[in-house]
Amino acid sequence: MGLLSDPNRRKALINLLTRLNAPICGMCYIAGIVWFMGLAFEPFILRTYMSESAMGSTMVEERFSGGERALLTAKEFGVQKNKAGGMPVDWLVETMKARGLEVYTQTFSRKLPFPDENKERFMVKGTNVYGIFRAPRTPRTESLVLSAQCSEENDNNQAVGLLLVMAQYLRNQVYWAKDIIFLVNEHDQIGMHAWLEGYHNTNTTGMDYSPLQGRAGAIQAALSLELSSDVVTSLDIVFEGLNGQLPNLDFVNLFNAFCQKIGVLCTIQGKLQRNDWDSTSGYSHAVQTMMLMMLKQASGSSWGDHGLFLRYHVEAITIKGINSHRQYKTDATTVGRLLEGMFRKLNNLLERLHQSYFFYLLPSLSHMAPISYFMPAFGLIAVILLLRALDLWAQITAPPATQDGVADVEQQSSTSVLSVLTPVVISHLTGVALYTLPVRFQEIAVEHFPVSETEAVVLTAIAVYTAGLALPHNTHRFVSGEGTEQGWKVLKLVAVLHLSVLLGCTALLNFSLGFILALTLVPVAAGVTPHAPKLPTAVILVVLSPACILLFSVFVFHELQETPLSFQDGWLLFLSVISQGILDHTLYGSLVFPLVALLVYPCWLLFWNILFWK
Amino acid sequence: MATPLSLLLIVAVTIRAALFRSTLAHLIAERVEVTSPLTAWKRVVEGLALLDLGVSPYAGDVFHETPLIIYIFHFLVDYAEVTFMLADVMVAVALYYAVRDYNKQVFRKQKFALEADRYPADCHELVRSPAEMHYVPLKVAMFYLLNPFTVLSCVAKSTCGLNNAVVSLFILSTVKGNVLLSAIFLALATYQSIYPLTLCAAALLYLMQRQFIPINACRLSFWWFVAQYAFMYLGSLFVMVGLSFFLLGSWDFLPAVYGFILSVPDLTPNIGLFWYFFAEMFEHFRLFFLCVFQINVFIYTVPLSIKLKEHPVFLIFMQLAIMAIFKSYPTVGDVSLYMAFLPVWSHLSRFLRNVSLVSFVLLTCSALFPVLWHLWIYAGSANANFYYATTLIFNLAQILLMCDYFYAFLRREHHLVHGLYPKRKDGSEATLVLK
Repeated sequence: MGLLSDPNRRKALINLLTRLNAPICGMCYIAGIVWFMGLAFEPFILRTYMSESAMGSTMVEERFSGGERALLTAKEFGVQKNKAGGMPVDWLVETMKARGLEVYTQTFSRKLPFPDENKERFMVKGTNVYGIFRAPRTPRTESLVLSAQCSEENDNNQAVGLLLVMAQYLRNQVYWAKDIIFLVNEHDQIGMHAWLEGYHNTNTTGMDYSPLQGRAGAIQAALSLELSSDVVTSLDIVFEGLNGQLPNLDFVNLFNAFCQKIGVLCTIQGKLQRNDWDSTSGYSHAVQTMMLMMLKQASGSSWGDHGLFLRYHVEAITIKGINSHRQYKTDATTVGRLLEGMFRKLNNLLERLHQSYFFYLLPSLSHMAPISYFMPAFGLIAVILLLRALDLWAQITAPPATQDGVADVEQQSSTSVLSVLTPVVISHLTGVALYTLPVRFQEIAVEHFPVSETEAVVLTAIAVYTAGLALPHNTHRFVSGEGTEQGWKVLKLVAVLHLSVLLGCTALLNFSLGFILALTLVPVAAGVTPHAPKLPTAVILVVLSPACILLFSVFVFHELQETPLSFQDGWLLFLSVISQGILDHTLYGSLVFPLVALLVYPCWLLFWNILFWK
Repeated sequence: MATPLSLLLIVAVTIRAALFRSTLAHLIAERVEVTSPLTAWKRVVEGLALLDLGVSPYAGDVFHETPLIIYIFHFLVDYAEVTFMLADVMVAVALYYAVRDYNKQVFRKQKFALEADRYPADCHELVRSPAEMHYVPLKVAMFYLLNPFTVLSCVAKSTCGLNNAVVSLFILSTVKGNVLLSAIFLALATYQSIYPLTLCAAALLYLMQRQFIPINACRLSFWWFVAQYAFMYLGSLFVMVGLSFFLLGSWDFLPAVYGFILSVPDLTPNIGLFWYFFAEMFEHFRLFFLCVFQINVFIYTVPLSIKLKEHPVFLIFMQLAIMAIFKSYPTVGDVSLYMAFLPVWSHLSRFLRNVSLVSFVLLTCSALFPVLWHLWIYAGSANANFYYATTLIFNLAQILLMCDYFYAFLRREHHLVHGLYPKRKDGSEATLVLK
């Protein structure tokens, strides 16, 4: 308590921090970036290991041999699908029944707020079919899910075929202690969302679905399968879920362990494991993998059907078969054996997966940076905001404290409070407009302009965003006349503290999003003053604004995936990413769009406001 | 003065009415920070349902409010929203008049002291002017009504608002010098939640000061007044408990309400310090630590009453803060009651040192509570430690705030006696250091 009660020591510390503020801030920023880059360097981070003892020590022998049959079933499924012109519900029900499952169906329908141009859908109607295999050995209180989506084209037939053959095979084993649900969902994530809401009897997004007739126990883990060719060269694991939630690391480890055991090539973010961490290319490979993961996580949308399970506290991953030009091919039997092995291990679980980490970054499948490793990188950058706040506070409360530490707090007149409050309120109202107007005004926009509904939504969002730049920095002058020197300092103090709380909370919920925002917004927030040269600073501010960050992220993401974009394509993709963000919010309850519209953007507007303070 | 107050009341009621109509009301009522097992409206409704079925409302271990509350809501259940808004308005109005009266007295005392030339020469900066004191009562009402904590508490229909109303009526009647009403409201507050018992000392000190009774244990008049007050207090408490017994026809409510408050069987997380500690503890230490934790709330009454015997209203503020921090099921409604008093001490601002830090920490914690709750309960990725850490920091900040005000108050008093710029023996300027 000496620091807080002894005025002399306290003053010395504050003096030190205010005098050296700029260098300390600069150092913190660089240290934060260096720390972050260190997270992909293998000697600095941990090897992955299986924490869950129930899955670690038990031996499993895989005997699945129905790969050929799976491909035949897949072909038949494809034929039936073409005949039915969609999901062959009756055929699936018959086939599942013939394999001895309890079969149920669920119908659902959903009208999207505006047409989804990527997937070409607006009014979605569909049916989920699922069969439950009741566990012979226990009172059926727990269950596992294996799911495959039935998509429009012929690109997931092999997964459905394998699922059906697996169902038949697994039913003949005696050691199952958990029910297994085999689910074929239509319309990818919308169907999965309907099924999960039905299963847990909730309705968070206003979807129409028929209630489920049959349930198994509480779902412990789920695996969704995507296979689009008869043979695969490698299996890719997708684990980033809704709102940046990740499954327990043990599930990822389990996949990795079985791939090693069976000898299947496994990739993460589409990238193979490399062992040459000490070479530059090896290290940059790890950095790229980690950054891809961060960009996917920061997007807050679900990157596969598994992502929606995570909300219900169910650990889930998607396994995606990839067929490239490599020599070495893996057939469906091997994939089936992998699934069998993983399900056997999951079957051994005595409680939910909880032993390993939930917060991690993976630069490769064999190495991970847990929360205690990556949080300091964020902390170093976020502390800049607190240092700036301290500096501003010291400036505001100047003239300097008298000898005995009595802070001479000058009571700011009420006009100062008003001139600070006005921009804050107006910025947030602009945020509310950005959040509500695009979807509300699409009909009017379509009537008056030659655009489609989706374009109308995206363009309205961009228009509101741009209009926000013009609006707020003039407003406080109408209320309180000239802004004072003290005024912008108080406003900046408020804005800096606002941003620090916002980034802290975001980083806890979704580290990647928090870190990317901190990396880009903190330098702006720390540096901006009304005395800076207007034009260059304004350009920097706009370049580091949330929308531009999104645009850059789109380019960087494709650069990292080794599919570079032309500017034209990048721009179109940027527009579609915005519409996807809004759709994800209304369909599944993703929080990134409201977070950016209601909090990050208004906060950024405050700094814009400070720059044009007069 | 009445116009701004009524405007404020209209604004406050509008905000609450709008929130009651929105979808947020349901979400807010579920927050553990806003409602405790004692004050949750859901439980009151459950109690009412049981009562209507002819079962004792305390059967089933859900309802823990006092019988009076349930009988009040037996008639008012359809007007619950109005009742809770009225309770908030009542607190604001009561505090407004109490603080206005108190400020008048402070000013009168200061005038006497100035006339008697009792302050040192360099202390005129510390003398309070009527201009700065003019808006204090309004600010108090504003701090209570527009405090987000109060709004949340009211929208969640937490019965904490009613307890606050009783306490504020007690403060009003005490400041007005009405001994009987003060005793009755104190008894009512005690009856509601036990802890306001500690306000007894402050009330006695204040009333005796007002009636010029010397605070001296050797004087008969002192003991006579204490006996009078104790008789009125215990008498009304007895009447209330007796009335509850006759209304209910059984003594069920004693263990269900007071036993529940004192023995803390419900470990639902809240912003207090009890739940995590008692969830982690071995069962055979439970009784011991229960006593330690509960004594903690009451024990500060003695030293604070001795130190602050000249300033009973400040003592009430300190006691309210201590209760809000250390009671067994605190909610943000309790926090908002003592925070309403902060404008009364605005003249201490030059001696306050950590208020900016503390208010930032309190704001951060308020933002972190829902985030960490989500991570713990819904996402399953964090655990109870994350949430409890926030609770600890929140309470630490409150304690720091309280200490800061206490220190600033004492320091001002010190300066009023010894001069604002003390000199060392060698003539150089001295610094006051708290160690």
